Amino acid sequence: MTQAAKSAPIGTKGTKSGAGLSSAPELCWFEDVCKEDVALVGGKCSSLGELINAGVRVPPGFALTTHGYARFMRDAGVSGKIPGMLKGVGHDDLDHLESASRSIREMIEAHSFAWELEDAVAEFYRKLSVRCMVPAVPVAVRSSATAEDLPGASFAGQQDTYLWIRGVDDLLLHARRCISSLFTGRAIAYRIKMGFPHEEVALSVGFQKMANSYTAGVMFTMNPANGDRSVIAIDSNFGFGESVVSGEVTPDHFVVNKVALDIIERTICHKEITYTVDLKTQKSVKIETPYERQNVQSLIDEEVVELARMGKAIEKHYGRPMDIEWAVDKDLPAGGNIFILQARPETVWSDKRASEATENKATSAMDYILSSLLTGKKVT
Amino acid sequence: MKFPVPHDVKAKTIPGTEGWERMYPYQYQFVTDDPVRNQYEKETFWFYDGLHYPEPLYPFDTIWDEAWFLALSQYNNRIFMVPPVRGVDHRMINGYVYISPVPVKNPEEIGSRVPHFMERAGHYYKNWDALEAKWKVKMEATIRELEAIEIPRLADMEDISVVMDALGESKGYHLLKNYDDLINLGIKCWQYHFEFLNLGYAAYVFFLDFVQKLFPSIPAQRVTQMISGIDVIMYRPDDELKGLAKKAIELGVDAAVCFSEEWTEVEAALKKLPKGVEWLTSLNLSREPWFNVSTGTGWFHHDRSWNDQMNVPLSGIQTYIGKIKQGVSIERPTEKVCAERDRITAEYRGLIEKEEDRKQFDELLGCAKTVFPYVENHLFYVEHWFHSVFWNKMREVGAILVEHGVIKDVEDVWLLRRDEIKQALWDVVTAWATGVTPRGTMTWPKEVEWRKGVMAKFKEWNAPPAIGTAPEVIQEPFTIVLWGVTNTSLADWAAVAEVKDPSTVKDFKGFAGSPGVVEGKARVCRTVDDIRQLQEGEILVAPTTSPSWAPAFAKIKACVTDVGGVMSHAAIVCREYGVPAVVGTGHATKIIQTGMMIRVDGSTGAISISR
Repeated sequence: MTQAAKSAPIGTKGTKSGAGLSSAPELCWFEDVCKEDVALVGGKCSSLGELINAGVRVPPGFALTTHGYARFMRDAGVSGKIPGMLKGVGHDDLDHLESASRSIREMIEAHSFAWELEDAVAEFYRKLSVRCMVPAVPVAVRSSATAEDLPGASFAGQQDTYLWIRGVDDLLLHARRCISSLFTGRAIAYRIKMGFPHEEVALSVGFQKMANSYTAGVMFTMNPANGDRSVIAIDSNFGFGESVVSGEVTPDHFVVNKVALDIIERTICHKEITYTVDLKTQKSVKIETPYERQNVQSLIDEEVVELARMGKAIEKHYGRPMDIEWAVDKDLPAGGNIFILQARPETVWSDKRASEATENKATSAMDYILSSLLTGKKVT
Repeated sequence: MKFPVPHDVKAKTIPGTEGWERMYPYQYQFVTDDPVRNQYEKETFWFYDGLHYPEPLYPFDTIWDEAWFLALSQYNNRIFMVPPVRGVDHRMINGYVYISPVPVKNPEEIGSRVPHFMERAGHYYKNWDALEAKWKVKMEATIRELEAIEIPRLADMEDISVVMDALGESKGYHLLKNYDDLINLGIKCWQYHFEFLNLGYAAYVFFLDFVQKLFPSIPAQRVTQMISGIDVIMYRPDDELKGLAKKAIELGVDAAVCFSEEWTEVEAALKKLPKGVEWLTSLNLSREPWFNVSTGTGWFHHDRSWNDQMNVPLSGIQTYIGKIKQGVSIERPTEKVCAERDRITAEYRGLIEKEEDRKQFDELLGCAKTVFPYVENHLFYVEHWFHSVFWNKMREVGAILVEHGVIKDVEDVWLLRRDEIKQALWDVVTAWATGVTPRGTMTWPKEVEWRKGVMAKFKEWNAPPAIGTAPEVIQEPFTIVLWGVTNTSLADWAAVAEVKDPSTVKDFKGFAGSPGVVEGKARVCRTVDDIRQLQEGEILVAPTTSPSWAPAFAKIKACVTDVGGVMSHAAIVCREYGVPAVVGTGHATKIIQTGMMIRVDGSTGAISISR
């Protein structure tokens, strides 16, 4: 194998568009990619590389690239078998779809990576652990889709986040699970319907150091309720951010003024569940939040403001409103403990705005006052 | 939103106050004997003007309410022809004033008013600075006229000059005439008060409105911050104190200035020192006009000025001397405020997506900045300077009534309506001329005693924040910016009114006046006299503040008031000093007690008490 290891020397700081990487690396560090590298490492991982290079505090990690994915599919002989397994399956033939999906996914998950690729992952993982100064550092394993505009890809990208994964064997196992999620019944049906060849889909898998989060959640660098760009909205709950992302809890909600960075709205909710790690089994678990913490503010004011500051910087870097996942690490001291796990452009309001025609022409202050007087102010 | 029927509220007369209606103008009453008026009153939305009147009005003090009833309404409805609104109607229950903007309902009439409004208001907006300069001249002349008014005492024998100069008029006649002049000047001063004010507020309100449309979550205070750092007269009295503190140190008389809290003692000590006399000369230069600043809002006879209560400015000067000696800067951080204002304005402007909106923003911001100084400065001229002089002239009138036995004490004069005072003066001058006893000596003292009892009962009454029928749309710019009447504020008022036991309240809200969050010890100051007890770093809790409270703001960590919006004095000054403020809480001085640890969030308007 050695190709991947050679292609991604540790310590090489990121440069633009995968420069410094060989033409077809199978593994690479996040910092060696940027947002143009979607074809190589998918949307999630390329955006993490972009953030790291912009100076944002992101937990380190590496990606199995689309080349690595392709090699796995080729080595496993999976690519060749799939067309046969799907022969005659229609996109609305649900029973058949599900059974085909099950067989394909079992086949993928049962198959090992080539030993060269396994070694490469092991070597990257060892180096990551050394960098983090944690033996067998826990990581989050996530798929990183290459075609964000393809809903089939987003099926694949939605559910397959595996938290607190340790040891190279488990990393490989969950990487295969990420890959197999490309072949859910819905994803297959969609591709059949759209005439998108199965052998052309590609995926990347990210392995990111797990923040041992005390609190985590999401942040929009705008108000998702009304599109107001002058604020930052933050949702948070104790533990890993999955409870917030999945909508399993009503999180604490903060609205921060983007210009002055002060908290203008604060809603503390009753938060019944927490995702955390079970220290005995070293597995991610969902637990009932200790009673005395259920109604406690999950993010202190200073952190809210610091987070908003980071959000503002990320928005500035991308030049548009962003949708961000974040975590506060409990093992690190304040001032350096807030991490960005993911950042993508916000689409709902941005698309709406772009489609809106300009309604008003600027007028003199006098005309504006008159027209406002005539409209009045709604009271009820 | 449902509110009580005004007539039902009024019908529950407080026992012992039956007949209180005679203390106020008859047109202020909610009526039941006139079906048309009664119907109008029921269908109209009335809200309690707690902003101006935290307490029931004394019969005489009703003068300013009538003055602005006339002035505001005429400018809206007869002078500038504001298209959709006429004036603001007034009523009174138990001494508390209720007001209601009157809309123009016919769309055709609204349309026909538009060209007139454009021409008339347009003239003012276009020539704002030049007209404002003229205004100052008119206003100062009016105040000089007021200062020159003499309230003559009635001598047993008129001066010989009346004969020698063949004057042909008596002091009795002068007393009647000068009282009329005094009242007329007061009314005139309020005519000027509103000449620019509604237009100023409109420019301000719709700038606010525009920015809030672009940024629905922007707190009003951030918008006002964009027009902060503009030099206004309101800071001048406080600046005079700072100057006097520096001067005292320069002259080496600071120890003498600080040796007592009693002004008379300090003054006596200073007179013995040559440098002290020099300092006193500087002080006297500052006193006129700057010490005419009222220790309250200036709206009430009991709001005395610094000139009336020299211990107040003395305490301010002493605070500043202390700060200078500790090496602490006493200057307002104007440069910082301006830099922050410019940063905020630029950042918000940068967040505006459309070029057209950015142009509109610039246009409206420019207009708001033009009107801002007037919106602030008129307060000093009218409510402070004019009123302070006026109240003292009225005390001279009161002294005449005392001298002739119509009332017992000078301060009883406020229990009479101004037309009743005129009648009483007729009673006095005719009796004086004739050499008999005024009839009022038997009737007024009894009536005044009864009215005092009524006032005491009125003060205990809780005025409902709103009565009548809520409208769908409010256009009157005043109603929006000053009273902040929106459905949320109405709901908040309703909630505050429901507070039964203040000792159980832990959290309550007001308007976010100046951003920032602090925790600290509360100090409740009901009057400006109390600010002497303020310790460095405490949180000031006050019914409302005015320019004479300025020295307090150099000491405090935050400020909380019962009454006021984002444009109120406390909010503006706190923004200038960069300390948090929550204003218009309704009942903060009832809920919070001195010494309590409280948390003030000037960004959200939330206050919590550690109990």
